[in-house]
Amino acid sequence: MPTATLEKIFVKGNEAVAMAALEAGCRCYFGYPITPQSDIPEYLSRELPGLGGEFIQAESEIGAINMLLGASATGARAMTSSSGPGISLKQEGISYMAGSELPGVIVDIMRAGPGLGGIDASQADYFQATKGGGHGGYRIIVLAPASVQEMYDLTMLAFDLSDIYRMPAMVLADSVIGQMKESVTPNPRPQVVLPSKEWVVRGRADGEPQNVVKSLYLGDGEMEAFHWKMQSRYQELADKECRWEEVCTSDAELIVTAFGSTSRIAKTAIAMAREAGMKVGLMRPITLFPFPRKAYAALSVRCKLFLDIELSTGQMVDDVRLSVARDADVIFYGRPPGAGSLPTPEELFEQIRKNYRACA
Amino acid sequence: MRYDVFFAGYGGQGVLLAGNLLSYAAIHEGKNVSFFPAYGVEKRGGAAMCTVVFADGDTGSPVVGNPSVSVLLNQLSFDKYAAKVKQGGICIVNSSLINCDEVDLPGIEVVLVPMNQIALEMGDVRMVNMVACGAYIEKSGALQSKSLEAALKKALPERNHKLIPANVKAMEAGALAARA
Repeated sequence: MPTATLEKIFVKGNEAVAMAALEAGCRCYFGYPITPQSDIPEYLSRELPGLGGEFIQAESEIGAINMLLGASATGARAMTSSSGPGISLKQEGISYMAGSELPGVIVDIMRAGPGLGGIDASQADYFQATKGGGHGGYRIIVLAPASVQEMYDLTMLAFDLSDIYRMPAMVLADSVIGQMKESVTPNPRPQVVLPSKEWVVRGRADGEPQNVVKSLYLGDGEMEAFHWKMQSRYQELADKECRWEEVCTSDAELIVTAFGSTSRIAKTAIAMAREAGMKVGLMRPITLFPFPRKAYAALSVRCKLFLDIELSTGQMVDDVRLSVARDADVIFYGRPPGAGSLPTPEELFEQIRKNYRACA
Repeated sequence: MRYDVFFAGYGGQGVLLAGNLLSYAAIHEGKNVSFFPAYGVEKRGGAAMCTVVFADGDTGSPVVGNPSVSVLLNQLSFDKYAAKVKQGGICIVNSSLINCDEVDLPGIEVVLVPMNQIALEMGDVRMVNMVACGAYIEKSGALQSKSLEAALKKALPERNHKLIPANVKAMEAGALAARA
């Protein structure tokens, strides 16, 4: 197993996810190949057997997510990964995991859709990831890395948050972040106090107390009580776990907001705008659920113009509009995903220039 | 300082290895690096391209619309990408495979290097990417040639380390041709 060091290595985003999973103590992986995330199962199929772990290429994505559910029910740290078409198939299992209060990490390297779509980068699965992609009105933790370093660090965080809050956690990236290589420091697993998993499936005829892991609640008031409990857990997440990055926001007249790959492109566009004398900043949510609403609200007290940029026709923009002050304007610029639609920094700079002028 | 370079050619010309090599060289010099590849589904013959950004600080966008330097290895990539080079930038052209007589690129320094021919003279046409890397470091001044030598050890699998001296010579020949 490649060990954590302070020396920089040069790896793909997808490889960083796999390395971080091992460092986080994940010893069970279940998946089914799909571009652009197959580097993750490839890496783990090579490393896990030698570590005494389990790598299973399942018969389908549905098989894989249910294996994740099963492994998690025994208390093991486990992971699956896929992209759009496969993540859609996994929604049933994710809903069952949410209903059973089971942790587990799901990595989604988004590609263009709907349907088979294409293998190019996309951010059009934001709704699916953050609004509860399956049935029943649940949410899962969603982390959005914007660099290979964050692919590594946030994968480890996903395991910890998932264990602490007893719900699935998703690492949501796309083929830009998954396929690019960057210099990263493979940090050691953070020392986090984790709750003991006393809820794991157990029970024997000889008297060992029984634990049942299930998502069926038929008793009077039982289902409602479950939902209220989860609502307070989501609130706790919102209070304690929001993460975001701000760049040059303190004097900004216009704040660009974007997550993941587009935030990287926006960063360079913002540097170009600053060079041209425009006061422009960046607000990048790192947790998409919980969404850092209070941070947006705080920024919008002073800055009244936001430019939301996405590689989709607009999804996160809804959350931004719900978060900022009522008198703040939120403008949207996006392109649908697909071959050739990835915006350049020059293109985003033009959007900044156009809207900055309009506000002057 | 932030540097960016765009490499494009057809699959099999070693475009991605060239990008990896420059990335390792930049890491060797203590820089942060983003390497962003794009290639067709074909193993050979499809389009292959990559962008490498390296900087002392944040690398920012891995995507570059108007590169400071473009290294173009075949006609198709020249026709598609030469005009996208930034004003005041450099376009390094594999003149063995690219005819650019009729093309006017105002504000862009066009550097002709017969890369296939040089690679053949050095003993193997597959070293065309090494010739290209040599031309790039010569024209950009962004990296030390010693760093590229060190990078070869990282970018090549061990079984190919015996080829490093030949590759270094090909890079030197590329640099020399770009200087002329």
